[in-house]
Amino acid sequence: MAEQFLEPVVENVYTLNLGPQHPSTHGVLRVVLDLDGEFIVRTDPVIGYGHRGHEKMGENRLYKQFMPNTSRMDYLSGMLYNHGYVLAVEKLAGIEVPERAKYIRVICSELNRISSHLLWFGTYVMDLGGFTPFLYAFDDREQILDILDRVSGSRLTYSYCRFGGVCQDLDSVFIDMTRAFLKRLRSRWSDYENLVTKNIIFIHRTRDVGVISLEQARQFGVTGPNLRACGVAFDMRRAEPYEVYDRLDFEIPVGTKGDALDRYYVRMIEMEQSCRIIEQALDQLPGGAFLNPKVPDRLRPPKGDLYFGFESARGQTGYYIVSDGSTMPYRLHVRVPSFGNLHVLVEAFQGTLLADAISTMGSVDLVIPEIDR
Amino acid sequence: MDGSVTLKKLAGRFAGSILETHSYRGDDTALVKKEEIVAVCTYLRDDEELLYNFMMDLTAVDYPGREPRFEVVYHLYSLPFNRRVRIKAGVSESECGIDSVVPVWIGANWFEREAYDMYGITFTGHPDLRRILLYEGFEGHPLRKDYPLKKRQPLIGPIN
Repeated sequence: MAEQFLEPVVENVYTLNLGPQHPSTHGVLRVVLDLDGEFIVRTDPVIGYGHRGHEKMGENRLYKQFMPNTSRMDYLSGMLYNHGYVLAVEKLAGIEVPERAKYIRVICSELNRISSHLLWFGTYVMDLGGFTPFLYAFDDREQILDILDRVSGSRLTYSYCRFGGVCQDLDSVFIDMTRAFLKRLRSRWSDYENLVTKNIIFIHRTRDVGVISLEQARQFGVTGPNLRACGVAFDMRRAEPYEVYDRLDFEIPVGTKGDALDRYYVRMIEMEQSCRIIEQALDQLPGGAFLNPKVPDRLRPPKGDLYFGFESARGQTGYYIVSDGSTMPYRLHVRVPSFGNLHVLVEAFQGTLLADAISTMGSVDLVIPEIDR
Repeated sequence: MDGSVTLKKLAGRFAGSILETHSYRGDDTALVKKEEIVAVCTYLRDDEELLYNFMMDLTAVDYPGREPRFEVVYHLYSLPFNRRVRIKAGVSESECGIDSVVPVWIGANWFEREAYDMYGITFTGHPDLRRILLYEGFEGHPLRKDYPLKKRQPLIGPIN
């Protein structure tokens, strides 16, 4: 190790450790940057600081017991991760889900998606030096956390879904709170637009910054809003509709250039689309059971393997589960969207200014515990 | 999704190299000989009727006591046709290596590093094969089935 310190320093190249404790990395991420002046010539992200071995844990506990782990991978969209996990296991074991439960899950998932995007919006603008929008966004997000707290009992790590349904029914107060929230959030769009979207400083920090081309996105497996910002309308809710998404009318916003501003637009429009989804789902919400009572505690899916991909807030998350017919998964692998979204930065950072790198890194919406698993 | 097109085309083109195909729960799966993995992947990416230009996922599974012991699992996605396919390749414990698909999809770089980190499978031709989630100096490969769940690691000094 010591001899590495003695290597001659390459002329004109300065090595900078961005992180592991840097506010703009949103988690424990270290990015080793080689700088020529203020320009980046080499990027090497160092990940794994928060590796907890979720996949190993998954192989050593019951299917049901893995549920709390899922929302701890991506703590900002825990509901979506719960939702995807139960969908994967239900498909593997062939479990029936009551209609009402499907709608409830969609409503809660979309609420969670809005809360994740709101947090991203607030922190991204704060990365760029604007503190006020952060407070607005967190004010709105707090309402969602209260709503989800009401049904699930927790603010971030929900574990609300169950195989065959959800653990608690929605009541009229939840529906009223959600409708009131949607009305309030929509009244805020103009505030956000005036504060941030039309802000000339913000536009200068994001337009043509951190361009990810479609070819790069494809090569590196970039998904979610970051891929859609490159102009591809790829969304798992549309590509392989699960639950009731095929009955709901929503648009998939796409960008044109794939720069940070496009990614911003895509996420802002997605929030409005999620509002539409929730509204329609609330209107269509059928009565009946919210949980299939016939699902056994110790689930034994038949032998076989399955990949289930779904749209989380950051892109496609996939569970690859191998069952050997016992009560525990033989192998449980999670494909996380931030993995590809971070990897592409190795190329996207090339030749950009250090200050733009901060803007780019914020715009791809990384959640590090999700990468580290 | 009419994914069985993929399996038919694969079986036609690589008749001797496809060991097994099935479509359990709608997931099209092909088990291929590991020597042919780069050829199969390149074909899947470039064929006009397939265009699997998107590498979704790469991982491995450990089956101790089976020959070959490891299975490397590729999940490919075709954006133009909205199709998904799973390719598997067996890797024996004695060799514990397979050709890298980084020349086909650059994004495979980190996924292969993860598989190397967790299972100790080496990827021949990988540009920068080192541990990714764990640190240099970690003993063993934790997702192997013979790695004890509560194994302690030795304390190591600072690393650069």
